[in-house]
Amino acid sequence: MAYALQQLINGLTLGAMYGLIAIGYTMVYGIIGMINFAHGDIFMVSAFIAVTAFTILAAADVTSIPLALTFVLIVSIFFTSAYGWAVERTAYRPLRGSTRLAPLISAIGMSIFLQNSVQLTQGARVKPIPPVLEGGVVLWDAPGFTVQIGWTQMLIIVTTVVLMIAFTWMITQTPFGRQQRACEQDRTMASLLGVNVDRTISLTFMLGAALAAVAGVMVTVYYGVVDFFIGFLAGIKAFTAAVLGGIGSLPGAMLGGLLIGLIESFWAAYLWAEYKDVATFSILCLVLMLRPSGLLGRPEVEKV
Amino acid sequence: MMLTMEGVHAHYGHIHALRGIDVEVQVGEIVTLIGANGAGKSTLMMSLFGNPKASAGRIVFDGEDITRVHTHEIARRGIALVPEGRRIFPRMTVIENLQMGTAHADPANYDADIARVFAMFPILDERKSQRAGTLSGGEQQMLAIGRALMSRPKLLLLDEPSLGLAPIYIRKVFQIIRELNRDHGMTILLVEQNANQALRVADRGYVLQHGEITLAGTGAELLASPEVRAAYLEGGHA
Repeated sequence: MAYALQQLINGLTLGAMYGLIAIGYTMVYGIIGMINFAHGDIFMVSAFIAVTAFTILAAADVTSIPLALTFVLIVSIFFTSAYGWAVERTAYRPLRGSTRLAPLISAIGMSIFLQNSVQLTQGARVKPIPPVLEGGVVLWDAPGFTVQIGWTQMLIIVTTVVLMIAFTWMITQTPFGRQQRACEQDRTMASLLGVNVDRTISLTFMLGAALAAVAGVMVTVYYGVVDFFIGFLAGIKAFTAAVLGGIGSLPGAMLGGLLIGLIESFWAAYLWAEYKDVATFSILCLVLMLRPSGLLGRPEVEKV
Repeated sequence: MMLTMEGVHAHYGHIHALRGIDVEVQVGEIVTLIGANGAGKSTLMMSLFGNPKASAGRIVFDGEDITRVHTHEIARRGIALVPEGRRIFPRMTVIENLQMGTAHADPANYDADIARVFAMFPILDERKSQRAGTLSGGEQQMLAIGRALMSRPKLLLLDEPSLGLAPIYIRKVFQIIRELNRDHGMTILLVEQNANQALRVADRGYVLQHGEITLAGTGAELLASPEVRAAYLEGGHA
């Protein structure tokens, strides 16, 4: 029982991070109908930006943890959004209006480019940072097993919940959110109503990158190490989460992320830890075969 | 002069859809374009928005050359379109659809504008929290017109507003067109397959054939013209 509770906490933490990355996939798919395969690498870049920011802080002898985290978050969000913007501008916008496959191939190319450029500039070894937040709260001191929620885990879960509420509010209640949804449903009509579609798409990429940046900072703090390849697996898992929830659906991405995190944790805890990735990707296969529109997605065919 | 098209050519993919169009719309007029399916009527309207861009010729709106201006900028200068097929946002509520019409309008006018649209189409008020995709065809058309009016356009383009509607809504559409023009001084460019009704309501009209203007005149002149009668009225929708 205590063990299961601990897995639940670990799974929620993992799921929160997958959910944050999955939103980037689902929003971009919603607005331009493509899978941005470079999104996982944007997440990886954000983790490296976080490492750099932490290093600068350490050199400047900053010891206040809240101050340090805020600084790193702001820096990472800022630069990662710039990356998101630049990727869309250089790799996808010139291909808008061409075949569906072209931007997809361009995305894979961008993914390889980002991985290799980080490997070249930062090296192929893992980069560690000193522990930022240690310890946590003991929830239950059961005989033989202590259930604990780490400060980092708490930070990740709370930040994610706050961000998702804020994000849902923005998409459903603000003029920008309305314009974003309008572009999803009928881009030409949106432009005929005075919406700057290119700008809306750029902002969507930047927002997706900003959320990935939050996940990147959290991962850096949580695991304490990053390398140039983390974007690949995290990206594909977040993509699986987006597909499981229903690609194009925001609540779906959040739910999907949570489920993938929980499944992975429990699978690793009770079945075979070495096969946890297999479990995730089997889910991807099953969803694609049995319910391609996902848990909360709309079926492709729509009444007109 | 509200709108002038001078020798406008436009291509739609490989199709040379507009071949030297000259059209004028004066302030306060209702002008109609009639023509067979595929004559280029919708392309003409979309080319005013630069989608597709004119490959030759000039488009002047309200004294400014808009031939090379971006689509969303043209909308912001005061042209609104009620497109063919309505193109409401089906997964947004009625009120959100109307708010989309104000993407570039002055927020200070919002309350007055929404009240005006609801007064014109009480059904939209009743259904304001409903998803627009669940409305009937006629109601969707009312919504598309209401959405276009929310931005207080100087020029209103209506593309086949009566297409596929029940007779009661067709009457309503033409009644709205008259009212907007008479009571609010709205300048209107109307594309219709219902040539008889369109020419009756219009001050002037143009006949479009294979991307060219083949005939122009007042509504009454065109109604009386033997070519128009033979091609678009008799045995048609008259």
